[in-house]
Amino acid sequence: MDNRILPYQVSGQVLHYIMPKEVDHHVAQSLCKELDMLVDAHQIRELILDFKETEFMDSSGIGVVIGRSKTLGFRSGKVNVMHLGKRIEAIFKASGLYKVVGLKEE
Amino acid sequence: MKGDNYMYIKFDAKSINESVARMTVAAFMMHMNPTLDEIQDVKTAVSEAVTNAIIHGYPETDLVNSKEGECSEKNEIEMICAQEDETLKITIIDKGVGIENVEEARKPFFTSKPDEERSGMGFAFMETFMDVLDVESRVGKGTKVTMIKYIERKDEQ
Ligand SMILES: Nc1ncnc2c1ncn2[C@@H]1O[C@H](COP(=O)(O)OP(=O)(O)OP(=O)(O)O)[C@@H](O)[C@H]1O
Ligand SMILES: [Mg+2]
Repeated sequence: MDNRILPYQVSGQVLHYIMPKEVDHHVAQSLCKELDMLVDAHQIRELILDFKETEFMDSSGIGVVIGRSKTLGFRSGKVNVMHLGKRIEAIFKASGLYKVVGLKEE
Repeated sequence: MKGDNYMYIKFDAKSINESVARMTVAAFMMHMNPTLDEIQDVKTAVSEAVTNAIIHGYPETDLVNSKEGECSEKNEIEMICAQEDETLKITIIDKGVGIENVEEARKPFFTSKPDEERSGMGFAFMETFMDVLDVESRVGKGTKVTMIKYIERKDEQ
């Protein structure tokens, strides 16, 4: 389970969410639930998924990102990602994720 | 540095064991002196195969998992790691529902569960990150995924 204290920040309609250390099928379900709940509760238009703490991600993580880009799409918002390590960037490229999310530079 | 090594483990088809399987394989390959990239490659491939066994091989367990965090039935996954010289061979076996059309299942972006936010990249990653991928499956009997990774010896001390 994820026991970090508030891994996110809301400012206006922007949700900045720090992704967990390992993004696999085990954490995906509760992660999606939390993200959807936050997006709904705060009427979010821009979801920023920050991978600065993420050391591992497999195809289940791709599902999380694609799914959120759909939910945000329904509310005419969008998903941006940041701090992708070399490894996660390769996974994003291989699966065509850059077609559905934007890359946020600092 | 010489010598072959072998490990066999069997665990419940529960999602908490995905990270257990990854860490176990990483520990097993450590004495082969792998690079960080090689460790990540193998961990990703193992994670894909074990996750597939849990969600596709034993779909009913996955349902129970998400409801109560417990699985009532004895659905198990076997993982065999064998090292021979510079060759690491990993076999992951489930006794679940099996795959009807393996060739189709291995294609990138193919998934039988698009509604559950699956991307169909699991086999594609196993293929990319490992040197050999072999999938044997029989409907109603189960699936056996065999993967090989060559870990080149680094002797420059
Ligand atoms: N162990 C298994 N038992 C039964 N069916 C399987 C098994 N492994 C894979 N499959 C079938 O092969 C398909 C492709 O698997 P793959 O891992 O490539 O994609 P996925 O699991 O559907 O999506 P992703 O891995 O991107 O989350 C699955 O959708 C499933 O139908
Ligand atoms: Mg998969």
